Amino acid sequence: MHSNAAGSFEAESLLAPPKAPAPIPGPPLWLLAELTYRCPLHCPFCSNPVNYKQHDQELTTAQWCDVFTQARALGAVQLGLSGGEPLLRKDLETLVAHAHGLGFYVNLVTSGVGLTNERLGALRAAGLDHIQLSFQDSTRELNDFLSSTRTFDLKRRVADLIKAHGYPMVMNCVMHRHNLPHVGAIIDMALEIGAEYLELANTQYYGWAWENRLALMPTLEQLREAEAVVNAYRARIGRRCQLLYVVPDYFEERPKKCMNGWGTTFLGVAPDGVALPCHSARMLPGLNLPNVLHQPLREIWQSSDAFQRFRGTHWMPEPCQSCESREQDAGGCRCQAYLLTGDAARTDPACDRSPDHGALQAVVLQGRMAAMNGFGQMRDTRTGEVPILFRTDANSRRLTQS
Amino acid sequence: MNPPLSDPAHPTLHRTFRLQWEDVQQSWVLLYPEGMVTLNDSAAAILQRCDGAHTLDMLIDDLQSAFGVQGIAPEVHAFVKHAFERGWLV
Repeated sequence: MHSNAAGSFEAESLLAPPKAPAPIPGPPLWLLAELTYRCPLHCPFCSNPVNYKQHDQELTTAQWCDVFTQARALGAVQLGLSGGEPLLRKDLETLVAHAHGLGFYVNLVTSGVGLTNERLGALRAAGLDHIQLSFQDSTRELNDFLSSTRTFDLKRRVADLIKAHGYPMVMNCVMHRHNLPHVGAIIDMALEIGAEYLELANTQYYGWAWENRLALMPTLEQLREAEAVVNAYRARIGRRCQLLYVVPDYFEERPKKCMNGWGTTFLGVAPDGVALPCHSARMLPGLNLPNVLHQPLREIWQSSDAFQRFRGTHWMPEPCQSCESREQDAGGCRCQAYLLTGDAARTDPACDRSPDHGALQAVVLQGRMAAMNGFGQMRDTRTGEVPILFRTDANSRRLTQS
Repeated sequence: MNPPLSDPAHPTLHRTFRLQWEDVQQSWVLLYPEGMVTLNDSAAAILQRCDGAHTLDMLIDDLQSAFGVQGIAPEVHAFVKHAFERGWLV
């Protein structure tokens, strides 16, 4: 109704001053193309939906190129090529060349599996600007355990190749209670491989990570200790490598401005063409997500119900609606609200003004107790007591049914 | 693996950054891995000349004649210092 107001009330404007039209949102500066859900790794904190096996269609080369062209016309400047593992797309070089030709800054987000010397050269020639390489830990043992693959040595070799080809490199490591104590060694590794940025990405609890929250949740002490280590390194290494470390909002009193505000900056496109206002939006019930195969991207971005739903402040309940911080945090995270309260339109429970803040604190407490009991330790999976739920096709099918 | 040699006498845009005109935003932007800085016109005019060929003095002369102004050296020095600190220039 909101988006059709101008059409429905045309006659009225003859009698009364016209209402201000709904503001046209700014450009989707950050386009994330999840090229495929296929992935050789099985990380238990994967950001893909738990039911990814249900969505195994993929856009063709021409369809992706068209999405890029449309997004660029809307003003998108940063393109993330992600997945799953984007290197599994044989047409990656073609997609990069097309995006580069349009003027995108092209980022490849990869596990490194499949990144050969040859492919690095071809991607460079096609105009790839930057590579974000993931590690799961600074030790082979934990890296290979968490990814359920023997990929640590390969990743180290790939890192050297990336630098040999002259790419800027971001090293990314998802952090949780198993690797937070290694944060110093992880930073040392980033320095060793010559990464320009190190993203110490504390786990966000959606999707697979939500399923594994008790096995991954750190303690407050771990987070603070890691933060102190990061700050000591920052003081020592200067600009040599920028360390990005954000305390997860489960341990904060105010919510993060998720996605910089719904429908303001971020536009994700899933492998099957579903357009996403955030990575996890696919799990929100009642959100009718548009598909790039059925609707122009401009319409999707500017006026589709899914992108309008939580844009701005009109949708906010109390205590957000009358809160002086509502513009600063844009009401926090919709997926977190849904997972913790069952209602995506409620105030983010990460906020200590939320009536549901206790639900979030309960998860933190459960996580703490699980940590004390060694929940999710490697030995548990060996004895079959309390397994970490790995991202596998079989687990995806099981979670879809339940 | 060696970082590019720093020569403040000839400021150069770091290879990680790309300067680009954005039609939709009607402004110059600086792009880098997963990020963007929107530049005002004078910042853009300075960075455009940070090509490794101009010395700082040449750059200032060039700007003064291009825009028909005088006495901008202090502002340019301040911005270039900021840009070095942010890692945009080497």
